[in-house]
Amino acid sequence: MKHLSEYRDKHIAKKLIDAIWDLSETPVRLMEVCGSHTVSIFRHGIRQMLPETIQLISGPGCPVCVTARAEIDRAIVLSSYPEVIITTFGDMIRVPGSLSTLQKQRAGGADVRVVYSSFDALKTACENPKKTVVFLAIGFETTAPAIAATVLEAKRIKIDNFFILSAHKLLPPALTALLNSDRLNIQGFIYPGHVTTIIGTLAYEQIAQKHGIPGVVCGFEPIDILETIFMLIRQIEQGETTVEIQYKRGATATGNLRATEVLNQVFITCDSNWRGLGLIPESGLTLRDEYRSFAAEDYFDLKVQPAKDHPDCVCGEVICGTKNPAECRFYRKVCTPQNPIGPCMVSTEGTCAAYYKYYIA
Amino acid sequence: MVSDKIILDHGSGGRSSQELIEKLFLPRFGNSLLNELNDSAVFELGGAKLAFTTDSFVVDPIFFPGGDIGSLAICGTVNDLSMRGARPSYLSVGFIIEEGFLIKELEQILFSMEKVAFEADIQIVTGDTKVVPKGAADKIFINTSGIGLVPANIDIAGQNARPGDAVLISGTIADHGITILSAREGLFLDSPLKSDASPLNHLVQKMLNTGSEIHVFRDPTRGGLATTLNEIAIQSQVAIDIYEEAIPINESVLAASEILGLDPLYMANEGKLIAIVPQSQAEAVLAAMRETPYGRQAALIGQVKEQNPGKVVMHTTIGGKRIIDMLTGEQLPRIC
Amino acid sequence: MCLAVPMEIKKISGNIALVEYEGAKKEVRLDIVDQQPAVGDYVIIHAGFALHRIDEEEAKKSLRYWEEILAKTDETFE
Repeated sequence: MKHLSEYRDKHIAKKLIDAIWDLSETPVRLMEVCGSHTVSIFRHGIRQMLPETIQLISGPGCPVCVTARAEIDRAIVLSSYPEVIITTFGDMIRVPGSLSTLQKQRAGGADVRVVYSSFDALKTACENPKKTVVFLAIGFETTAPAIAATVLEAKRIKIDNFFILSAHKLLPPALTALLNSDRLNIQGFIYPGHVTTIIGTLAYEQIAQKHGIPGVVCGFEPIDILETIFMLIRQIEQGETTVEIQYKRGATATGNLRATEVLNQVFITCDSNWRGLGLIPESGLTLRDEYRSFAAEDYFDLKVQPAKDHPDCVCGEVICGTKNPAECRFYRKVCTPQNPIGPCMVSTEGTCAAYYKYYIA
Repeated sequence: MVSDKIILDHGSGGRSSQELIEKLFLPRFGNSLLNELNDSAVFELGGAKLAFTTDSFVVDPIFFPGGDIGSLAICGTVNDLSMRGARPSYLSVGFIIEEGFLIKELEQILFSMEKVAFEADIQIVTGDTKVVPKGAADKIFINTSGIGLVPANIDIAGQNARPGDAVLISGTIADHGITILSAREGLFLDSPLKSDASPLNHLVQKMLNTGSEIHVFRDPTRGGLATTLNEIAIQSQVAIDIYEEAIPINESVLAASEILGLDPLYMANEGKLIAIVPQSQAEAVLAAMRETPYGRQAALIGQVKEQNPGKVVMHTTIGGKRIIDMLTGEQLPRIC
Repeated sequence: MCLAVPMEIKKISGNIALVEYEGAKKEVRLDIVDQQPAVGDYVIIHAGFALHRIDEEEAKKSLRYWEEILAKTDETFE
C-alpha cells in the first residue's frame, strides 16, 4: 500500500524509539489534538514504548464526539418527521442525544441512512424527489469544504428537497479557548495532518508565538507519530518553539486555498457548543444568507430543550489532560462504548473509548 | 439492557449479541449443553456421540463476489459442526421467501447450495418453504440445521485452550465482512474483494488425521478474529497473545479497511478457522493445513498464556502492545 | 479525527476522478483539491473528495533520513 506501508516499518520504528530515548531528558506532556492520532497511538501500542519522561495527552479529539447533545437532539427531532430521510456519516449513528440515538430512531422506523460522502446524500435527494433529505453536516475544517462544495452543487442543480444541519466545528478556536483558560499544562502540540491539509500552519504559528508552545504537524501512521514526537522532543530540549511539518506528503504551510475559498463562500463562523467544553466563540460554521435555503433549521421547527452535559462527567478535564479516564467515577462502570455519557467515550476515537478498548492497565 | 428495542447491534455477534443471550435466552432455555455456548451442541444419543447446530442467513446482498446466501447457508452449518470435530452428514434447509422473488434467482441459489453440499459431502434430507407477503421479509432468508457424528475420543470445545498452546489461523482474515459491506453499500465501483465462504470439514479432517491433540476449533464469523479470540479466552479462562505481523491479510482487504475506517480484526470470515493446539504439535498441524485448498495460507498467530485470564493482547508490528476487545457494535464506514 | 487515504488517479473527467488503491476503485470529486492532479498522481481522499495532490519528492524525502540512518547502523552491525 503505497504511501502507507512504508510508514509502518518496524526497523525504522525501532530507530526512532531509540532516538527518542536518547534525546528525552526533560519530563514533558505532549497533546495529540486529533482523535485519529489517539487511535493510532493506541492501535500500535506507542504509549508503552516511550520513556517515562514523555506523557501523551489526548486533546479535543474528533468532531463527532464534541457534537453537543442539543445538536443530536435536533437530528433526532428531524428523524421523526415521516417525509424526512436522514443521511449521515456512520460515526454519528451511536452518538447519544438526551433521550435517543439515530440508531434507536432507525430501529423505531425512522429512515436513517449511512453515507460515505456528502455527495451521496445529495444523490439520495435526487433519487427521492418526494422525500426531504437532510444531511448531518459534521466535521472539522477537513470535511467542511467537501460539504460546502456539495451545497454549491445542490444550488447549481436547483434541488429543493436537500438540506443540511450544520454542526461543523473549527479547531483553532477550541485550542485557543483551552490555552486562554489556563487549563492546559502541555509543552508541545501534535497537530492534525488532515486539518492542516486545509488550513495550513498559520494558526499554529500564532499559538507558538503567543503561548510559547512548539508544534509539529503529524501524519497518521506509526512512523509519522514517532517522528513527530522525536521532532517535538528535539525542539523542547533545544528550547525552540517553532511549528514544523512532519506530514510533508499531506500538508503544506499555506494549506488548501481552493478548499478554504469554497468553505468561506458557503459558510460563515458562528459560536458553537462543544460537548465537554461548552460554548466557544466563533468555533462553528453556519450557512451564509445566500445558502440559507439549504438550512434544515430554517425549514423545520427544531426547537429542543437546552441540554446540559452530565455534571459528574469529567470529559472536559480529560480533554485538557488534567484528568485521565480512570479518574472518572462513570468510566467502565456506567460509561462504556455501548452506553457512552461524555464525548470521550462517544466515538471510537475518544480518549475514554480508546482507553477502554486498547489500554493494558 | 441498554436499549428497549432490538437494534442491529444485537445481531452483530459482538457484546450486544452476548448480552441478549445472557439476559434473555439463557435464563429461560439454559441447560448444560446450551450454557457452553459452543458452535454446536455435542451429546450422546442412542449410543452415538452427535453434534447438532442451527444457523439463519439473512445476508444483504444475497449475491456477492465469492458466493451467495445459498453457499453461505451450507458453509455456515457445515463449519459450525466441524468446529466440534464432527463429520457433518445431514442438513435441513428452511426458506422464507418474499412474494415476487424471481424463480431464476432461487434456482441460482439452489445451484450453489447443491455445489457446496457436493463439495462438503453432505446431504440435505429435510426442508421447508414459506412465502410471505411483499415487505414481510427481504427477498429470501434461509435457515439450515445440521447433524454429524463426533468420534468418541474427540473433545474439541471453546473451553479447552490451555496455557502454552499455539493459536493457528487457516488463512487471511476479514475477506467476507469487507466484501459484504462494500457490496451492500456500493462503496467501490470495482474491487478484487471476494468472500471466503467455503466448507471447512475436509480441512478439519486433515488436521484431525495428523493425530494431534486439538483443543479448540472456532470459526471467526460475525465479530471477526478479535471477538472469537475473546470468547475463547473467556470460556477457557486463559489469556491469548497474538502477533499483528503474523496475521495473514490480503492487501486489498487491508486497503479497503483503511479507506472505510474499519478494523479487519472485527470483520467476519466465512471460510476460516482458528485452531488451538499444543505448541509441540503446531508445526505438524500447520503443515497438514497448508496442503489443503482452504488452508494454504495457514499461520501461527499467537500463544495461550496464563496471566490476565479473559484478555486478548496484540503485539503490534512496531513492537508495542494493545488489548484486543470484543466488537462493541456493528462496524460502519466512518470519516473520523 | 479525519480519516483520509492516498489513492491513485486512474481517469479524470471534469470534476470527477476514478481513483484506485490496491484494486479498490472509487469515484471521487475534484471540486476542492489543492492542485489539479494528473493520471498516475496520488491524491489524499476524504469523504469522497480529493483534498491534496501528493508531491512524490516531498514524500520520498521524509523517509530517506531514517532509511539512511538504518542503512548506516546495518553496515556497522555487519
